[in-house]
Amino acid sequence: MKDEYQKIVDKHMPKEEVFYNAAIAFITGGMMGIIGELLIELYQSYMSVPAKEATVCMLITLIFLSCLLTSLGFFDKWVNFCKCGLIIPITGFAHATQSAALEYRKEGLVTGLGANMLKLSGAVIIFGIIGSFVFSLIRTLVGLV
Amino acid sequence: MIYLNAFLFCGLVCALGQIILDNTNLTPGHITVIFVVVGTFLDVFNIYDKIVLWAGGGALVPITSFGHMLTHGAIQGYNEGGVLGLFNGTLNLTSAGISAAIIFSFFFSLIFEPKD
Repeated sequence: MKDEYQKIVDKHMPKEEVFYNAAIAFITGGMMGIIGELLIELYQSYMSVPAKEATVCMLITLIFLSCLLTSLGFFDKWVNFCKCGLIIPITGFAHATQSAALEYRKEGLVTGLGANMLKLSGAVIIFGIIGSFVFSLIRTLVGLV
Repeated sequence: MIYLNAFLFCGLVCALGQIILDNTNLTPGHITVIFVVVGTFLDVFNIYDKIVLWAGGGALVPITSFGHMLTHGAIQGYNEGGVLGLFNGTLNLTSAGISAAIIFSFFFSLIFEPKD
């Protein structure tokens, strides 16, 4: 009985084209990587920014672009199409922050915008800090430094 | 050549995330958290530094580099200021990204209306 039910469920589940989605994510994600590398080289050669600052400039440029495009309404469509190709790069972090900010803006500046801006991207910051603290503590205790 | 490496590495990370997203019940939020924690772990044995040398910007764009920079800052802080440095240095390298995201989001949400 349960098997038959499972069969019916499987039959009516929308077939997600796993391979197609992964290929799209691979291509768009790869493009993001190339854009990142291109921006670093541009900053280094045309504005003569040192290598370490060029990385920071590249990240800020990408964050600025994805915040702007999210506010203008393009980015949501692109995320629906590319999925992880735009969520895994730093653009996904900026997109989550910007869309939460736009959504809660009407509830007021402090209780809406301020309290909810990091609603989605806060998880990344919190687990990143916890993870880095635990791992760097382990590394310092073991003495690999 | 570094552009090809950047394309391959960043594309593989994104495709891996997409495969996990499609085959499990995890949300995109879970996926980004998993990748950040993987990034913080990879920096412990300096693996991620080698990837950055190999793939350049392709390794710095994915969210794993966010975790890598968090651990990097914490260990750098420890080398400079002992145990207090672990707390002092954690956000040293990533503060630009977090601040930029917050500042741009704040001002853009004041200027633009949400689109549905």
